[in-house]
Amino acid sequence: MDTFMGYVRPDGTVGSRNYVAVIPSVICATDVAQAIVNAVKGTVGFFHHQGCCQLPSDLKRVTDTLISLGCSPNVGAALIVSLGCEGTDTERLVKEVAATGKPVEVIHIQELGGMSRAIQAGTDLAQKLAIEISGMQRQPVEISRAIMSIKCGGSDATSGMASNCVIGYVADKLVDLGATVIFGETTEFIGGEHILARRAVGGEKGPVGCRIYEIVNNMENRAKAIGEDMRGGQPTPGNIAGGLSSIEEKSLGAIVKSGHRPIQGVLEYPQRITTEKGLWIKDTPGREPEILTGMAATGAQFMLFSTGRGAPQGFASMPVVKICGNPNTYERMSHDMDLNAGVIIQGKKSIDEVGEEAYKLVLEVLSGRMTKNESIHYTSTMDIYCLGPVI
Amino acid sequence: MGEEVKLALKVDDKDNVATVFANDVTDGTEVEIRDKRGQMTPIRVIGDVPYGHKIAVCPIKKGDVITKYGEEIGQAMADIQKGEYVHVHNLAALRGRGDLEGGKQ
Repeated sequence: MDTFMGYVRPDGTVGSRNYVAVIPSVICATDVAQAIVNAVKGTVGFFHHQGCCQLPSDLKRVTDTLISLGCSPNVGAALIVSLGCEGTDTERLVKEVAATGKPVEVIHIQELGGMSRAIQAGTDLAQKLAIEISGMQRQPVEISRAIMSIKCGGSDATSGMASNCVIGYVADKLVDLGATVIFGETTEFIGGEHILARRAVGGEKGPVGCRIYEIVNNMENRAKAIGEDMRGGQPTPGNIAGGLSSIEEKSLGAIVKSGHRPIQGVLEYPQRITTEKGLWIKDTPGREPEILTGMAATGAQFMLFSTGRGAPQGFASMPVVKICGNPNTYERMSHDMDLNAGVIIQGKKSIDEVGEEAYKLVLEVLSGRMTKNESIHYTSTMDIYCLGPVI
Repeated sequence: MGEEVKLALKVDDKDNVATVFANDVTDGTEVEIRDKRGQMTPIRVIGDVPYGHKIAVCPIKKGDVITKYGEEIGQAMADIQKGEYVHVHNLAALRGRGDLEGGKQ
């Protein structure tokens, strides 16, 4: 069996990176967290905009998501930056991340006497943590321990026919090797949800199948609640002019990146995976900051990201591999794109051939090879997907 | 220089349509159907097919399911010949059809 070189954590999870995560527990602590990250090598920050003046269910969602990010295997240690009066549960955040056995520290800005003192104290602690985990060694682990997340963004006509098919190839291969794959973008299921539900373990009428219908309806109903119809007029006249004949065809162009294996279950946004295997759905929107955060919170060690127009961003703690379906975009943006799937459209290589190239790249990235966006720090944008209003 | 091969991609073995990735594909043009393993099969196109649009890779009977990505994308509204242009004129969506879903059948 293929192996990769990963960081084995005290709780048995395996990371592809070894960062000190600096986690503001609320938006008001983000500037302090940013200053600490700028000062200390080996740190990454989760610079979100939530955690206060939200409904209780959303505050719990933010706390749970931050816990999952702190527990994610690419994080070797964590520094929690608290203001002191936030709506999130900082105490639970510290406790649950520490329960993984990783070193965790916390600072409170109000208690320390303001920003400058908090930056000073936080920098000292982050430095200590960074040095403490810097000597950790990678170990060979079986590919069955891989947890891959997938997404497409900045799509064009090539995405559904080239780059998404390549990701589908890798998804099927990893599931067959006993690994874990997670896909999301619930909005993109619309029109194809019956096809996904039929792939659910237990069939369309089983609990997983029913849950797939439910998350799609919920997403639509949230749009309807503000007077918008996401399903109306699909496919759009532009889609039809581009060759898409039905809403099923449009949805399948996105869904194809999940491959063809059975769907084991649906994960809630903050939920994390440790030992579950096979193909899973996570209920997320399609927008990048929120889905990338949700996927990193799942515990994904990396993401395969398909694009045609050239969506270049990555994520702080999770390497994001950009697979470009459009050969012209790849040429123009080769410093942001990791793999050229445009050769499929040009007839130079088959889906299976580029799929194998992508799989080999996955083994390298899991073992430490930098992605394009990691190498140039194009990785700081993120946010947590909340459901209720800001109050 | 010989003429450039005009390509149509068939992404799943179960598919009965392929997507044309070439310009100037008109009635009678020969294109190469390329499957996911890279196998090529020539086919003569019936109708003018724009870049990114679909053709049938085998005969499809009226009422048969049209398959792309290994899944159904609609139903044939007429008999479709091998090589024929497939789009909204001869393919009917099975979803998002208030006229069908709201009615008795």
